[in-house]
Parts: sequence; C-alpha cells; structure tokens
Amino acid sequence: MDMKFIDGYPEYMRQSIKKVEATREKRISLDMEPMSAEEREEVLSTYHPDYVKGGKRSLKVGASKGEMVHHETANILEARPQVNPDEIDLGCINRDVDILIIGGGGAGTVAALHAVYEGILPEDILITTKLRHGDANSMMAQGGIQAADGLDDDPSIHFLDAIGGGHFANKPDLVKALVMDAPRIIDWHQRLGVMYEREDDGHFVERPGGGTSRPRLHSAKDYTGMEIMRVIRDEARNLGLEVEEFSPAVELLTDGDTVTGAILMDLETREYSIIRAKSVILTTGGFGRLHIQGYPTTNHYGATADGLVLAYHVGARITDMDSAQYHPTGAAYPEPILGQLITEKVRGMGAMPVNIDGEAFVYPLEPRDVESASFIRECKTRGKGIETPTGMLGVWLDSPMIEEIHGPGTIKKELIAMWRMEHQFGIDMSQDPILVYPTLHYQNGGVEIDVDGWTGVPGLYAGGEVAGGVHGKNRLMGNSLLDYNVFGRRSGISAARHAKKASPGKITFDHVIRFNSLLDEAGIDTERRSPMLLPDYRGERAIARALNISI
Amino acid sequence: MGKNKISVYIMGKEHRVPEGLTIMKALEYAGYRLIRGCGCRAGFCGACATIYRKKGDYKLYTALACQTTAENGMYLTQLPFIPANKSEYDLEKIRAGPNTILSIYPEVARCVACNTCTKACPQDIQVMDYIQAVKRGDITRAADLSFNCLQCGLCTARCPAEIKQYHVAQLARRLHGRYLAIKSEPLSKRISELEEGCFENEIDEMIELKPEDLRKRYFEREIKVSE
Ligand SMILES: Cc1cc2nc3c(=O)[nH]c(=O)nc-3n(C[C@H](O)[C@H](O)[C@H](O)COP(=O)(O)OP(=O)(O)OC[C@H]3O[C@@H](n4cnc5c(N)ncnc54)[C@H](O)[C@@H]3O)c2cc1C
Ligand code: SF4
Ligand code: SF4
Ligand code: FES
Repeated sequence: MDMKFIDGYPEYMRQSIKKVEATREKRISLDMEPMSAEEREEVLSTYHPDYVKGGKRSLKVGASKGEMVHHETANILEARPQVNPDEIDLGCINRDVDILIIGGGGAGTVAALHAVYEGILPEDILITTKLRHGDANSMMAQGGIQAADGLDDDPSIHFLDAIGGGHFANKPDLVKALVMDAPRIIDWHQRLGVMYEREDDGHFVERPGGGTSRPRLHSAKDYTGMEIMRVIRDEARNLGLEVEEFSPAVELLTDGDTVTGAILMDLETREYSIIRAKSVILTTGGFGRLHIQGYPTTNHYGATADGLVLAYHVGARITDMDSAQYHPTGAAYPEPILGQLITEKVRGMGAMPVNIDGEAFVYPLEPRDVESASFIRECKTRGKGIETPTGMLGVWLDSPMIEEIHGPGTIKKELIAMWRMEHQFGIDMSQDPILVYPTLHYQNGGVEIDVDGWTGVPGLYAGGEVAGGVHGKNRLMGNSLLDYNVFGRRSGISAARHAKKASPGKITFDHVIRFNSLLDEAGIDTERRSPMLLPDYRGERAIARALNISI
Repeated sequence: MGKNKISVYIMGKEHRVPEGLTIMKALEYAGYRLIRGCGCRAGFCGACATIYRKKGDYKLYTALACQTTAENGMYLTQLPFIPANKSEYDLEKIRAGPNTILSIYPEVARCVACNTCTKACPQDIQVMDYIQAVKRGDITRAADLSFNCLQCGLCTARCPAEIKQYHVAQLARRLHGRYLAIKSEPLSKRISELEEGCFENEIDEMIELKPEDLRKRYFEREIKVSE
C-alpha cells in the first residue's frame, strides 16, 4: 500500500483540498448566521455524543445516587477504594499542615498563592501532585481567558453568554462570581507579569470565541495557558511553597465527617505517606483520560478524575456529570497528533469549517457542543467528511483564510504553537487546511461547590475543572482558565479562613469503610479500584483506534 | 500509519515498533508504562525531553518525545528532570533595569556564545540570542525571543557556562509584563466600576427572571463580535 504524499497529505486528500481552495474567496465574504434555538436543539439531540443512547447509566451509590453519568465515570465512582484500611497504619503521621492542596495545576497553584495572601505561612501549606508541578491541562490552554473589561462589554453580558452557553443549567451565583471576579483576575495577572497581547496603547487584544457575544478573550499567542501557568508557578517557587511531585492523593482521611487529611502514594516507590491537614482543597482537574465513549482526548496524561472519586468517597455531591465537552476541532490527521487540540482561536481568527466539497456548512462560532454535533452530522449522516488513511473521518478547517484576512505571516505570529505542531508532522497550515474532528476536551460538571469553593463536606474545598456548576452543561471557551483562577482563589481563601479556626482532627478510614458497605448494599461486586491515577497505553493501546460512533 | 516495523533502542535495548509513532508512543508500544517523562502529550509542558543518537551518526540530538516521530535506528533516553536551581526574588521589590537580571543571575555574564543552547532547543528558540539580550540589558527582546519556551531544560543541560536559560527567560518575561508593558486603561476603569458596586443589580435581576424570559433575553442578545 504505497501512498503518494504531497506536502504532508496523501494525493487523494489533495483533490478535496483543491475544492476548498476553489471556494475560499467566496467564503471569505460569506456572512453566515448562527442557528436558531430550535435548530440547535435538533442538531444536538440527534448528533451530539452525550445524547447517544446507552452511553450512560444512573449511579447506584453515594450522595448523588440516581444521577446519570457516562459509564466510564460510573465505573470509577462505583469501584473499590484503592487503599485497604486494614493494610495501613494511621498511627504514624508523616506531615502536619494547615492546608493540603491536592493537584498542582492552575487551580491548586492559585489556591496556594491566595492562602498565603490570606495569612497562612508557605511552610504550613503543602501542594501534592501526580506528575510535575504544572503538568496539567492548565499548561495546555491555547486560546485565551475571558474577562469583560472591554469598552463595549460588561460582566452582565458575560453572565448571559455563559449561562445561555451552559443551557441555563449553570448555578447562577457561581456564574455571577465568575464574571464579576474576572477583571480583577486579569489585573492580578498583570501585576504578576503575565504577557497578554496588547495594542500599542496598552489595551488588551480581545477576540471572540464560540458562544461569546463580544470579543472578550485575552490571549498570549496560542500559549495562553502556558504563559499563565509558568508565571504563577514561578511565583509559588518565589514564595517557597512546597510541591510534592509524583505523589498523587489516593484517598482522603476524615474523622468520620470532617476531612482531616489525605494519603499520598509515591508513584515510583509505591510508598504511602499520611498527611494531616486542617483544610483540604481538591484541584485535580478533569476526566479526559477516561476516554468517554472511546473518544481521543486533548487532556494531559494525568486527567483521570481522581478528585471526583476522592470527594465522592467522603460524601460530596456531584453535578452535571452527564455532560462532557467535545471540542469540535481536535486534530484528525496525521495520526501522531490525533485528538490533540486545534485551538478555537483558529476559528476566532476566521478559519471556516468546510466539507469534502469545499462547502461551508455551519456558522463557525456556535457553542462547542453545537459545532461538534454539526461536524458529526456532516461526516456520519451527510457523508461529506474526508476519510484519513487510517479510517478516521474529519472536516477541513480552512486555516489559510486567516492569512487572507489578517495578512501573510499571521499564523506564525499568533498561532505559533499550532503551526509548530502541524509543521512537526509535515503540514503547513498557512498554506493548506487542516483536518479536524471532535475530541474529548472538558469535564463540564464535577464536585458541587458553593461560591466559596466549599463542597458541603466540612474541611473540603474544590476549585477548577474538578468542580461543577459553573458551566452548566457546556463551558464556553476561555471560561475555564477563568474558572480555575476565580474558584482556585476563592477556595484558597476559604480554606485559609477555615484552617485558622480549626484544630488538627482525628484521622480515620471511617468513610472508606462506609463507602465499601454502600457498594455491598447496592450489590456492586467489582474488582475495579479507583482512583485510576494513570491510563495504560502499553502495547497495541499506544495506537489510536478508529472511532466507531453510532448515531 | 504503516504496517512496517522499525527498530528503536531504548536505553540501548532494541525494540520493534510500528513506523509512524511518536517517540513517546513508541516507548509505550514497547511496553513502558510512563511515569516520568510524560505530561501533556502535546508539546506544551516540557516533561518529555529526550536525547538520542542515530545509528551511524556520532552526534547527540535533543527532542520532545511527544512531538517527534520515531525513526529507525534511534538510540533513545529520556531526560525528565534537570536539577537546575532557580533564584528566588520578590517581583515587587525589584525594577526592570538594565542590570536587574544580571544581578539575580550573574552567571549570564559568563556566556561564551557557543550557540549550543540554540542547537539543543526543541522549540527552535534563538536561546543564545535571548541570553545575549539579557547581557545587554534588553529585557523586552529577551522576553519576546524566549516566549515559546516550555522550560524543558535541554538548553541548560548542554550549556558549558552553567547558565539556567529558562529561569533567566522567565524572569525577563515577568519583568517585561510587570514593568515594561503599558497597563490597560479600560481594565482599571472596569475595576473601579466593580468597586462601586456596578453590574450587581443587572445580574441579580437576570437571576430573578423566569426561565423562559432569561432564554428569550439570551437568544435576542446583540452579537457584536467582528474585530
Ligand atoms: C488542550 C487544552 C486546551 C485548553 N484551552 C483552553 C482555553 O483556551 N481557554 C480556557 O479557558 N480553557 C482551556 N482549556 C481548559 C483549561 O485549561 C482547564 O480546564 C483548566 O486549566 C483546569 O485547571 P485545573 O487546575 O482545574 O486542572 P489541571 O490544570 O488539569 O490541574 C490538575 C492537576 O491535578 C493533578 N492531579 C490529578 N489527580 C491527582 C491526584 N490524585 N493527586 C494529586 N494530584 C492530582 C494533575 O496531575 C494536574 O497537575 C483547555 C484544556 C486543554 C486540555
Ligand atoms: S529555551 Fe531551553 S528550556 Fe526553553 S524550550 Fe528551548 S531548550 Fe527547552
Ligand atoms: S550554551 Fe551557554 S554559553 Fe553557550 S551560547 Fe548558550 S548560554 Fe551561552
Ligand atoms: S509531554 Fe508535554 S511537551 Fe511532551
């Protein structure tokens, strides 16, 4: 099977690219309309993976018994806790701290910094994390962060965009906190030295994203997440905050009701250590590596929803876990970058989704779920997708339009991470369109929290992607970098205030014993253990399988 | 991806893996369950620094395992941790002067302009040039040139002058962002408005709306997104 390749694409795909080129000029001046409410509903209910029958089940145990969640999520929630209470001696405490932060991504780092601002000494805080400090989804965000600080914008418009984008399922008070804190977060970043793109007069460059009614995205090329994360990490290091790396939390500890610490496991030596804390903050991020419905994912290696499991064991409620976000533009070709993110900024800057015949088929900036569902419709029902040599389907994202609209060289200047990624594997996206298909991107729901980041379980706080309620059933681009800053900050402050009043608690496994008996009562007889900690890609699993999604 | 297999040597031991995988996936295909040396899997975190040599070639090359296709005859080793020290500073107590960075990282003055760092950088950054810019006190240039740095540490591992380029660059960017970039006026204005309690009522009013009225408000909202 010898295929001829021309500049990264097999010859047969080139024929479709010719059609894309032929319609490009006309499409640039094409004024497309977003869908009406009815059209959106129709395309979502027929084509979005979350509506596929048989993909979910209702939980049989725990505080959110009866909630519908994906099978992959149910499998880790309805599993035996990793630790066996009989095998661990809680008599020997390795470390006593005021605040234990579980998860060294964006939310965890922001929480730690604000706990220090709130008066807790850095040495009384411990951040523990699964991989290295900053090996996290926060590092990978490309497009930008929303904040309504523009002249023609304000937080109430941001509120409406977020709540409508989330299908009105969001908790309104959380959305209010999100949008009202946003300008202050950008100001804090400005003072920490984050290099957001600016106009010559110092105004931020602001761009639209899917579902936003104003340009509101602040970005730093397409390395926005990396720029913010490396700055806050640097600040954490300057303050002397300690981060225990390669030491995921495998279980919380309680005095029965109140969370009083956690058990960590060294990933290399497999040794446990016991940390007692007055407040615990969960900032473990999302669930992309569960590969819901077999989808590839944009998420980092450690995104296995551990925090969700830990919180569930101690009786926290979860919300909106029936909805996952599939990013419409995951790379569908070439194989080494399958599932990796093509930032929404590419569409924000003018690139249009186009089918095999070079036709535009959807308004480019619909909310993500709607956009994804229409890509799936184009490929699976209308048969207008492009098939890759390994049998994956995709639609074109006509990136050269960006150069036509904003001038030659724009892509290398403003989308350098994207350009590099494609270029590494032989494709020049300033000359040729790129092939995309929805990829699992974001955990819309999570552990229920209030505006202070409190989970409802005494001593336990949460912020960032692990928490739910902020985005309802669908998060808008740029609202989750904002989320981890807003609720990382709020949970850090709340945990600090709680720690100042609390005294060190008793540490027990009572909740583990309780959870195990709940499983027994529900008749769940399983060998599954959770949290999962890391996915396993050894052997054949290293290779992505073609998706077989039925509609 | 081809059905053809190639040979890679992981820390000297031969493994047969399919053609067309990234180095990272080749390691996994060969049976390694990665703990170190794997983070974002997409070219953003710098966890997967790799050193390799090709059969019949004496040179040592550097790469990101998640962003590089494995080739036949590669001798691979992961370099997931670089113990380079970072200076601690209080950004509020320093200023962006021509000697600021040199006083915090004096070893920068020892750069011998050998260009080894630039050759080592998997992000194709002109590392030596940003170090030279720091030497001249040109913070903004160092900040711009180093912007794509994902702090993998490969430059530092190769530098004969013991310079911690990526920590130096981090300081340059923060100094630029904090002191040299012009601050946003609309942002300050918005923050004063928030301090006066603006927007509270508008939002609370929406929270009180009946669901159907809120939906109506949303679908009828004005969309002004053209740049
Ligand atoms: C490719 C990509 C692009 C994105 N682009 C954007 C964008 O442009 N704009 C936007 O707003 N959002 C974007 N997002 C979403 C956003 O980046 C994340 O939702 C957000 O950064 C999550 O922050 P977090 O701190 O909650 O989680 P993370 O940053 O993922 O951090 C979680 C940390 O917890 C650690 N951890 C996990 N389990 C354990 C455990 N058991 N014990 C200890 N530690 C643990 C993880 O290893 C990780 O370090 C993007 C996401 C991805 C993946
Ligand atoms: S400058 Fe150094 S640390 Fe940064 S990406 Fe290049 S080699 Fe890695
Ligand atoms: S490797 Fe070190 S000494 Fe050589 S150019 Fe780079 S910074 Fe200077
Ligand atoms: S794993 Fe993050 S850069 Fe390769």
